[in-house]
Amino acid sequence: MSIISRRKIWYIISGILLVASLGSLLVWGLNLGIDFKGGSIMEVVYTDNTVSVVDIEQVLTPLELGSFSVRPTVDGEHSGFIIRTRELSDSDHVIALTALSFEGTKTAEELRFNSVGPLLGKEAIGKSLWAIVLVLLVIILFIAFAFRKVSEPVRPNGGSVGRVSSWKYGIIAIIALIHDVLIPTGVFSYLGHTQGVEVDTLFVTALLVVLGFSIHDTIVVFDRIREHLRLDKENHGKKPFEEIVGESVDETIGRSINTSLTTLFALLALYFIGPTATQMFALALSIGVIAGTYSSIFIASPLLVTMEKWGSKR
Amino acid sequence: MWKYRLGAIGLIILAVLVGYFVYSTELGDSKHAFKLGLDLRSGSHLVYRADTASLDSADVEGAMTSLREVIERRVNLFGVSEPIVQVEQGGVLGGGENRLIVELPGVTDLNEATALIGATPLLEFKLVRPEMEKLSDEELKTKTLGEVFVSTELTGRFLQEAQLQFDSNTTGEAAVLIDFNKEGSDLFAKITKENVGHVLAIFLDGVPISSPVIRQEITGGSAVISGGFTPTEARDLVRNLNYGALPVAISLISTQTVGATLGDQATDAGVKAGIWSLIIIAAFLVLWYRLPGLLASIALVAYVALNLAIFKLIPVTLTAAGIAGFILSLGMAVDANILIFERMKEELRKGRVLHDAMREGFARAWLSIRDSNISSILTAIILFYFATTPIVRGFALVFIIGVGTSMFTAITFSRTLLYAMQMKEGKIGRFLFGSGVLNAASDYSTKR
Repeated sequence: MSIISRRKIWYIISGILLVASLGSLLVWGLNLGIDFKGGSIMEVVYTDNTVSVVDIEQVLTPLELGSFSVRPTVDGEHSGFIIRTRELSDSDHVIALTALSFEGTKTAEELRFNSVGPLLGKEAIGKSLWAIVLVLLVIILFIAFAFRKVSEPVRPNGGSVGRVSSWKYGIIAIIALIHDVLIPTGVFSYLGHTQGVEVDTLFVTALLVVLGFSIHDTIVVFDRIREHLRLDKENHGKKPFEEIVGESVDETIGRSINTSLTTLFALLALYFIGPTATQMFALALSIGVIAGTYSSIFIASPLLVTMEKWGSKR
Repeated sequence: MWKYRLGAIGLIILAVLVGYFVYSTELGDSKHAFKLGLDLRSGSHLVYRADTASLDSADVEGAMTSLREVIERRVNLFGVSEPIVQVEQGGVLGGGENRLIVELPGVTDLNEATALIGATPLLEFKLVRPEMEKLSDEELKTKTLGEVFVSTELTGRFLQEAQLQFDSNTTGEAAVLIDFNKEGSDLFAKITKENVGHVLAIFLDGVPISSPVIRQEITGGSAVISGGFTPTEARDLVRNLNYGALPVAISLISTQTVGATLGDQATDAGVKAGIWSLIIIAAFLVLWYRLPGLLASIALVAYVALNLAIFKLIPVTLTAAGIAGFILSLGMAVDANILIFERMKEELRKGRVLHDAMREGFARAWLSIRDSNISSILTAIILFYFATTPIVRGFALVFIIGVGTSMFTAITFSRTLLYAMQMKEGKIGRFLFGSGVLNAASDYSTKR
């Protein structure tokens, strides 16, 4: 019960996070990776630690590689750098590597080199948008399917006017989804501005996985609410809607939290000890999973009660 | 009861055998060793755009197939182990581009790799447009190649063999004699028959190197390229042509190279993260759900063995993202168990005996598990088809397999184990099936 009755607090917390996320997105936008905007990224490491970012900038500037950025990779024994440039052709790449060897005085190992043409980047944006649209479509169909049995208004509420018809469950499920996707996107917008974290195709993948994860979380709770409404009706009970929702949340909260916990354990292991290539992916997923669990317990179900209250006031 | 006990023993033996298969195939050279993607073992991934604009849409597929074969031959010749050469369609979003993807494991010198592929000659035969033949040489100089020449279907695709030849009667100049295959000979005969008296230019790598005039129909299926070669140039050209000539021009649009250090680090880190997440999840399940949690952990280990075996048998090329997908699926695979156990506890609280509570738990949680897995699989399928990078595709594939396998291990496997534990009604039984760290009082639902 306490969760539902304290719903204003949860709304405020989510509201602040959503406004912050939107604000960050509007002000800073997203820092797109080369997957999306094209360009080259090169990671080199030297055999000693005598090379500085300034040194790298000095040897690269005369090469006319356009605007480029050099970011040191932290490691005490060796100087390492991640260098981002415009898309480099084969010959540009060789010239850059030669320059990075400081006329043969330093030995640089190229850990990786990645180059994406601008057209391929546009295609990646297009495909990502399509994937998002399709996943959303599947989810909306999934919601429609999950709630197909409820054609009558769910809760006559013992003669009072308050009603929550089935389409409202759908709308709330979608509001929860927007919440779950906006928050990680906002965090990445902030990280992009402050830490230079990039948004790539893996980030989009993470968002889509979060969508699937959190819609299911929400539907498990809603299913339980409907089960209780049915039982209540059969028993000619007159429990207030708020109480029914509260009971349902209490019953499913164990499952919601535990599933998220096991998933989070896996993701945290991946973030802290897994490969660097998937670190940001694990972070995006973790934020999304937390937001998804939070929204299904603290936002979606309380919103049902709020909607019912609005309905009965009119 | 004995039925379940036998079933449980059978399943465990099966899981151990599967685990042994996974382990033993990692020792020494087995054809079932894990296939690691380039980001885990170093190598280059190159994407080429094939210029098929001048081809009839009906010919594109054939041209792309022969392009793939030519590049494959060339890459094999270079001694790269297990290279991958495949054709890909950019689809509507990629402007319908035809692409060639080349993966060269172990080759981290990008220049070496592109030079290797770039040395493949592009051989084309082009006719001069009729209106251009009237122009004088000076006027022709102002025109572009595209304005003067029109492509024919005849390309390096139909080449059978090239030979070095020296012009015997005059200067002794080096020339290259090429023989077409049957299809090429017919095309060549047709073109020469229809264009007697006209110029049929031979283009090498987009540059016209000789422009002989057709005197009569040529049915023998061979032609001579004499472009003022030095003997060395001619010899190189013969060699390159014999390894295969490109049917269409290609240009590099994306490259990805991973050095050996980074690859090894990523593999180590991925394996470590996997082991740790397995340990943490199992510990959590045992502490929180006690006996069922222990059984679910055993089922989870079986899940790992089964999945790894499937990765080996299909085989799935594992990438860093694929490993991430697998680790994520570990966390999600136990969702089914958690749903079942929570439901079981509820049934116990309603006053059912253990045995009935177990059955009810499995039966009632099923719908929820099914819905969740369907939505996960659909998401993964969409991801797989809209993946622009091999990274995302690797993730999606592993994820689909993981969700599928988890349906078996988290439901069938753990149910059989659970039913096999004949539990007498009583304090110990209730404790073992309860949950929470201390006792049932720490259960969420009883806090109300």
